[in-house]
Amino acid sequence: MNSNLAGKSFNPGSGDAQLSSPKKEQGWVKFALIGLAIAYLALILFIPAFNVFIQAFREGIAPFFHNLAEPGFLHAVKLTVLIALIVVPINTVFGLCAAWAIARHQFRGRAFVISLLDIPFAVSPVVAGLMIVLLYGRNGWFGPMLGAANIKIIFAMPAMVLASAFITMPFVAREVIPVLEEAGSDQEEAAKTLGASDWQIFWRVTLPNIRWGLLYGVILTNARVMGEFGAVSVVSGNITGKTQTLPLFVEEAYKQYQTQSAFSAAVLLGGLALVTLVLKEILERKTRIEDVE
Amino acid sequence: MAVSAPPQRDRIRKNPFHQLSKVSWPWRITLGYLTIMLFLPVAALMLKATTVGAIDFWKIATTPVALATYDVTFITAFIAALINGVFGVLIAWILVRYDFPFKRVIDAAIDLPFALPTSVAGLTLATVYSDNGWLGSLLAPLGIKVAFTRLGVGVAMLFISLPFVVRTLQPVLQEMEKEIEEAAWSLGASKWQTFWRVVLPPLLPAILTGVALGFSRAVGEYGSIVIVAANVPFKDLISSVLIIQRLEQYDYAGATVIGTVLLGISLLVLVAINLLQAWGRRYEL
Repeated sequence: MNSNLAGKSFNPGSGDAQLSSPKKEQGWVKFALIGLAIAYLALILFIPAFNVFIQAFREGIAPFFHNLAEPGFLHAVKLTVLIALIVVPINTVFGLCAAWAIARHQFRGRAFVISLLDIPFAVSPVVAGLMIVLLYGRNGWFGPMLGAANIKIIFAMPAMVLASAFITMPFVAREVIPVLEEAGSDQEEAAKTLGASDWQIFWRVTLPNIRWGLLYGVILTNARVMGEFGAVSVVSGNITGKTQTLPLFVEEAYKQYQTQSAFSAAVLLGGLALVTLVLKEILERKTRIEDVE
Repeated sequence: MAVSAPPQRDRIRKNPFHQLSKVSWPWRITLGYLTIMLFLPVAALMLKATTVGAIDFWKIATTPVALATYDVTFITAFIAALINGVFGVLIAWILVRYDFPFKRVIDAAIDLPFALPTSVAGLTLATVYSDNGWLGSLLAPLGIKVAFTRLGVGVAMLFISLPFVVRTLQPVLQEMEKEIEEAAWSLGASKWQTFWRVVLPPLLPAILTGVALGFSRAVGEYGSIVIVAANVPFKDLISSVLIIQRLEQYDYAGATVIGTVLLGISLLVLVAINLLQAWGRRYEL
């Protein structure tokens, strides 16, 4: 998305005397604009982000590690990782299938299908959680059936998986569709005429072409699953040590005035966000280099 | 686009779903997953909403408490999206046009609101903007309270919708040739005139798309707002939190009606965004 083309200063051609005025003007305008933008970003973004790390280590390293050893906290970490381990692969497979179906076919209503994929983006996570409650809750569609079979979905792990999967459904497909379209299908068709099976074509031709886009989609999905709060809090019942993920732990600790504990957990999630951003930068650079080649 | 691969002739010729056997596996997985994960939940919400009945639906949707949450949610989100529209143009502009120290880092940091879990955002905003926080303590003497007020809701929405305008605008700005501006200058236009008459018009679709995306995201935001606001009805209670409160009282009909209103507006914004993007493509060569 970002390129290095920026900041080429304007060079007026020789003999264009009247053009020197914009150039002189540019000095102070440039500084004023940069200053204003940085000030805004500081207020909204940088200072709050910085604050997470400062607050977590305010009492020093020892209390921080002490907070990380609490059983409630450890359970939240386990649950968060477990949900991600289930949701990320499922949504990756779906995203790949959906991207292939959309990018490799022209059909009526294609734009509509792409818009459908965006619904989880557009819907409030609370509404997403509500939908799942209306489906699987005690008074929901499948409630009586599930009750008879003694299967617990709401206020338990399955609902949290469903909610996280709903919220992050579009990410992989969204990242892979443009890469697939860019790559075109010539190589795949060549492989087909040479007698490769569909499976071989996917592994040897398609996947290498889309690997960076796919990886980015997977990383984004993972970050959002681990950080999902609204939908999960509706369907989980938020029972400490049972159905509490890390983002829920942060809110709970803050509400109980255990600010220190809340920030210790927040730093972990903040670290996850930073790692996500760094990987994104690396992947973007990789795709750029490949474009040049 | 190329012709798609012919559908697989599977061994399941004999199965009753003869039509289905002509559909390739990726399609089946896509449609199956979409049905279970997307259509079913949306259908459950819609059907639950229809059981409420039109008159009751309208009554619940327009109770004073609900109306107040729409005001806090939509008006605040709209203002936040507009503010980010202005500053997003500014940020995209300096990132594309100028060079300054730490530019790469700042550029990468713009995506932080996408990656940072919302409860962490809420926690840190509530701390920084509380009366004894870093920024809140500077505003307190002026009589400005941010955390636990509607202003706090606005700040959380600014945070969450910050990346959209910047990211939709950056590629468009990079594509734009500077020659047009230079031509305008050489014809005697001032910098200001050049910006308003030459630079801005082709950028408008991208800016509006970014504003609409940001608005949609701000309307749906819950995690950071529930922490940074006091969640008092008629003051700073947003619609998403009202849904939660209705659910906690086992008022499923109430939760469903507010949820349907939110879903409907989200879908309308989604349609608007698609139209804006179609309009934006007209400017592409």
